[in-house]
Amino acid sequence: MAVFEGIRLEFGSDGIAVIALDVPGAPLNPLSDAIVAELDGALDAVVAREDVRGLVITSAKPAFAAGWNLKELVGQMESARDAADLYAQTPGLSRFLRRLETCGKPSAAAITGLALGGGLELALACHYRVLADDPSAVVGLPEVKVGLLPGAGGTQRLPRLIGVEKALPLMLEGRSVPPREALALGIVHELAPAADLLARARAWLAAGPEPLQPWDRKGFVVPGGASLLDPRMVGLLTGAVAGVTRATHGNYPAPAAILASAYEGLQLPIDRGLAIERQYFAGLASGPVALNLVRTMFINKGKADKLARRPAGIAPREVTKLGVLGAGMMGAGLAYAGARAGIPVAVLDTTPELAARSLDYAGRVLGRDQKAGRISAEKAQQVLARVRPTTDFADLAGSEFVIEAVFEDRAIKADVTARAEAVIDADAVFASNTSTLPISGLAEASARPGNFIGMHFFSPVERMPLVEIIRGRQTADVALARALDLAKRLGKTPIVVNDSRGFFTSRVFATYCYEGQVLLSEGVSPALIENAGRFAGMPVGPLAVMDEVSLELQYKVVQQTRADLGASFEYPVSWSVLRRFVEDLERTGRKAGAGFYEYPPEGRKFLWPGLATEFPPAAVQPSLEDVKRRLLYIQALEAARCLEEGVLTHPADGDLGSILGWGFPSWTGGVLSFVDTVGAARFVEDCERLADWHGPRFRPPQVLVDLARAGKRLHAAA
Amino acid sequence: MPEAFIFDHVRTPRGRGKPDGGLHAVTPTQLAAQVLGALRDRNGLDTALVDDVLLGCVSPVGEQGADIARIAALVAGYAETVAGQQINRFCASGLEAVNAAAAQVMSGQSVCAVAGGVESMSRVPMGADGGAWYADPAVSYQLRYVPQGIGADLIATLDGYSRQDVDAYAVESQRRAAAAWGEGRFARSVVPVRDRLGGVVLDRDEHLRPDTTLASLAQLKPAFAGPGEKLGFDTVAQLRYPEVEAIRHVHTAGNSSGIVDGAAAVLIGGREFATASGLKPRARIRAFTSIGSEPTIMLTGPALVTEKLLKRAGMGIGDIDLFEVNEAFAAVVMRFMRHFGLPQDRVNVNGGAIALGHPLGATGAVILGTVLDELERRGLATALVTLCVGAGMGTATIIERVEG
Repeated sequence: MAVFEGIRLEFGSDGIAVIALDVPGAPLNPLSDAIVAELDGALDAVVAREDVRGLVITSAKPAFAAGWNLKELVGQMESARDAADLYAQTPGLSRFLRRLETCGKPSAAAITGLALGGGLELALACHYRVLADDPSAVVGLPEVKVGLLPGAGGTQRLPRLIGVEKALPLMLEGRSVPPREALALGIVHELAPAADLLARARAWLAAGPEPLQPWDRKGFVVPGGASLLDPRMVGLLTGAVAGVTRATHGNYPAPAAILASAYEGLQLPIDRGLAIERQYFAGLASGPVALNLVRTMFINKGKADKLARRPAGIAPREVTKLGVLGAGMMGAGLAYAGARAGIPVAVLDTTPELAARSLDYAGRVLGRDQKAGRISAEKAQQVLARVRPTTDFADLAGSEFVIEAVFEDRAIKADVTARAEAVIDADAVFASNTSTLPISGLAEASARPGNFIGMHFFSPVERMPLVEIIRGRQTADVALARALDLAKRLGKTPIVVNDSRGFFTSRVFATYCYEGQVLLSEGVSPALIENAGRFAGMPVGPLAVMDEVSLELQYKVVQQTRADLGASFEYPVSWSVLRRFVEDLERTGRKAGAGFYEYPPEGRKFLWPGLATEFPPAAVQPSLEDVKRRLLYIQALEAARCLEEGVLTHPADGDLGSILGWGFPSWTGGVLSFVDTVGAARFVEDCERLADWHGPRFRPPQVLVDLARAGKRLHAAA
Repeated sequence: MPEAFIFDHVRTPRGRGKPDGGLHAVTPTQLAAQVLGALRDRNGLDTALVDDVLLGCVSPVGEQGADIARIAALVAGYAETVAGQQINRFCASGLEAVNAAAAQVMSGQSVCAVAGGVESMSRVPMGADGGAWYADPAVSYQLRYVPQGIGADLIATLDGYSRQDVDAYAVESQRRAAAAWGEGRFARSVVPVRDRLGGVVLDRDEHLRPDTTLASLAQLKPAFAGPGEKLGFDTVAQLRYPEVEAIRHVHTAGNSSGIVDGAAAVLIGGREFATASGLKPRARIRAFTSIGSEPTIMLTGPALVTEKLLKRAGMGIGDIDLFEVNEAFAAVVMRFMRHFGLPQDRVNVNGGAIALGHPLGATGAVILGTVLDELERRGLATALVTLCVGAGMGTATIIERVEG
């Protein structure tokens, strides 16, 4: 018999064969072509033995199988010539599963735990499913999150099993369900304690069930139907498409493909339906969005979370005490994040009242989490107890790490830096959470600039996943390593950038806001500007975001920059708009109740009608595509300049920073991957044209011109 | 080219399209058969002269399925040599049937044809025939489908019609329809619908609410705010109309066309038919056409098809005495009037579907008949009939009276 590496096959004396997934060195049993080949071989052996009455498929591990090996899939996606090529390459698991359910032997899945994607699809192709009654044993089809669809029968078997109405939301949201819900939905037949799973599966097989799936029985109908002559089905599908369009703005093809695959396949016998599903899968997998999502949000994020930029050879040093300077929104958020990660935190502010805001903040967040069942009362108490407000710098003593989050004012920052350094150990790291001021400048206030680093967190700290770590000119490797270690401990994804005004994230993001204002000043319809931002995939339009940030703040940043730079200063392109709104109109944003938008006491905000007088609408309006292009290109250009100037050392950092930091649309794979998505040659060509029309800010940097000329990509194929 | 003439037309009254509606107990086949019978009987028509019966029907499934035109002709006792076909151009089906019948005559391929339409919306609800357009996910995603009412609200938003503007239009439609009934202006065209025993089931349009006021309409909730805002259709529409900040939902059940049951039939033939039948033509069908328009907003076809048709017919908007523009939604007619700078006293002078109802497959034939009667009553010559059509289309027909 064949020797298996990723599965185990045993024949029991009771005539039951057991296949257990056991992929070496991989607790989640990732599926791959090699595993499918082994499963195929094992099934051959099972089918060949007449004395085998049934087959159990299970896992030798606490997890059942968490889906396909995405790294392997990325290789296939990148090397495939086109959708047809990919279609020809990837029938493996789908074909095996169809064979499994029609091979003539009844099969039962004993689902030991987590069963996601291909893992759940494997279980769905068994005739019976018993799932471990354990909260960690969640099941689901999360493929949509990486821009794909369940390509091994998920879109066909799940709706045939539980009906279209229940199956669609699970696939569209990629939501996993716990065992009780899986049972109630009808995804599994039975729950059992993990120890009893095999026995239950055996018992079901022992009764000699017919090895036939419901959908292979004569006269099978999809539960709840799937015909367009049923008005309920019409309403369901029509509404689902609208919901998908609203959620994706047409940028993410996977949800629509899931709907189409399910609907079209359900009109057909399952074999033909499976072929439809594979076609839609190949279409998605050969397109740019899935590759972008997998590469950035899975592979590169995984690398960043494993601290890919950490200098080698520096021993970790545990932070047993964290100091936080300033108990405002950011400081309080940082204190909470540290305490939640198990670190005692001293939070310093100028008065006891101000310092105590950190406790209020932590209390509020913990209260919310407790209400939502994310934390127990006892644990919440422990977290709260770790937050210690103070007004005395001496209380920072013993902190291995201090993060400064005081006002964006050089003098104040210099003062607290000196006072903190006076009490902390000589090898403690001092991080500034500035979002705008260059780190090397701030480090001048430090007696130990090697220990001085920038850590730019985002607000609200507990929810925003990114931290932008900024190396100053003198920052030592050890400080960088420690900052990365702390980021990991706080559960944040770190990117590492070199010093620059606005670093990477604030600098690039500002171009989005500025371009929105330039468009406005050109007489482009404000609604078109805002919709173009959102429809391109940005979380909010550029004018709305400016109102949120506050025009006044942006105005002050410009003034500060002017003071800092002197002769080399240049006003941002949107300065006339910013100046007009702040100085003349006194419409400074949401806080002031008036900005680009009006904020009525009741009802929704709406664009200030006075915009039409300030910026008379141009007779000819640009197309939606033109405005979207400007709003995305301007950001990609600035990111490319960051790469050229060495602010960014790796495109992946730019991609992650853009998606996780300011919500740059993930369908692009990130602000630099976007250039690859467009294609460097076309991108450069478009930029030259945009520069001719709209100004030199669109002139592409040399790094992109070279790339285009060489026909290369920023992200080399994996 | 041979000419096509209208010799006569009849319609049923329009019954409320609900289980308590006056025509709910009458099958659509009966509705169609009774108008076919009435047209024959009051003209002494030898049905052997009829080449074809063309009936519009928008939900041709169930009891409206299987070519209801041929079946209704047989049930009505037309000669078995009379062929029949069911036609679907959504809301313009009834007018399209007239146009297709005229085309048969004008091309010399038919001597006479009966055109019209039928829809029992209370018995075969809208959408009963399914449809890839909105329900096949790949199709509706590609085409950016939104329900018609969202399109109507979008027109109102783009053109700046307030809720009060569209409600005022609806009040006027009700007032005109009530006045028309009061003066007996529909008397010539409406034939009572009878039950199995010959008793009259309904002899008056029953959807009207003559007591409608701006205040009473203001009580109604916008019908499409829910689907637009909750289900996401507003965003779908904005992807096509990104200059719109937010769609204002102004259309309600009170300023949109009513859901009703009804049927209509129009007798169409050439000179050869006039001679053979001894009947006098009342109007000439001068020109007709259809057009496709942007499908998401869907309802802007009437102005576009009217421009196309006027140009083809070598006419100007001033050459038309009266207009019938189907009142699918108030904003549709308002946009049409604004587009051509038309005063309201030449448009839908006897009210429209907001007051009287819109039996989908029949309406085009109904309003064609209404405006012909009105031309005769006023001693005017020319009228244009147009309807907005699902999936972004428009159909229009120009008729002019002839001296027999």
